[in-house]
Amino acid sequence: MTMDSADVAVESTHKKPNYMAVFVGLAVLTLVEVGVAFLGLGRVTTILVLVGLAVWKAVLVALYYMHLRFEPPRLIIMVVAPLPLAFILVLAVLTEF
Amino acid sequence: MDHSAAMTLEGGPVEPGMGVPNLKLGMWVFLLSEVMFFTALIGSYIILRAAQPEAFAEPGVVLNVPLTAFNTFLLICSSVTMVKAFAAIEHGDQKGLRLWLLATVAMGACFLGVQAYEYVKLVDHGFVPFAAGYAAEGGALYGATFYTMTGFHGAHVTIGVLALIWITVRAFMGKYTRASHGGVETMGLYWHFVDLVWIILFTIVYLI
Repeated sequence: MTMDSADVAVESTHKKPNYMAVFVGLAVLTLVEVGVAFLGLGRVTTILVLVGLAVWKAVLVALYYMHLRFEPPRLIIMVVAPLPLAFILVLAVLTEF
Repeated sequence: MDHSAAMTLEGGPVEPGMGVPNLKLGMWVFLLSEVMFFTALIGSYIILRAAQPEAFAEPGVVLNVPLTAFNTFLLICSSVTMVKAFAAIEHGDQKGLRLWLLATVAMGACFLGVQAYEYVKLVDHGFVPFAAGYAAEGGALYGATFYTMTGFHGAHVTIGVLALIWITVRAFMGKYTRASHGGVETMGLYWHFVDLVWIILFTIVYLI
């Protein structure tokens, strides 16, 4: 059944994310990152914490600003699928050194 | 969104396969190819830095962290205005769409301005892509990888700002409605992706 587009009120059925809360989270995480970078923790600890914070921010943007959280599962699987490959690419070559 | 009934969005009919409009699916597939593109650039940087740590400077020695932290915040703000623009048109709010789009264009342009200013300062200090001898600490490898990664990201932001200007012009022409705004959503996906890449880049290049 094709609905007449003029009458269609495309009412997004999914709950609206709280954009401002996500924004505050991103801003705070950025400040925390800059602090951690110059805190003088051990090198490996600093890298792990910073990469963890960066991934957390990236996931927030993907889930709530790119609305991935509200998309059909098939699209989510398609989007997530290449990420392990990207990780393997870097890891595999890193083991050369 | 009820996918069982065939709906017509600007992106064309929702195909039974993925359950999203073709326009959005096409953008997502493009963005996934961009994931591999930036993985190659950032991966190379990580590997080269692991192989020759002495060719790279410690955080804050060559690169201006406070300035780029501000620039990161600017790009995050532009993501908020972009998503607000989309939320506005989802409710048929034409004026809100236009205002938020204008704000996004302005902040995107500011981001590029700050990056250009950063480059000028770095070159002044002798931090250039390929020269062997450096006035500033760090070797040719550092400059080559830095300018390649941030340069390509800057190019993506530039393209994004130009596309946003086009979307804004169409918004002022009243092309988007509550029932038909696929172009705004697709633009938003690209713009948030550019922000997402910078979030990773800022951490790996400037803070580690």
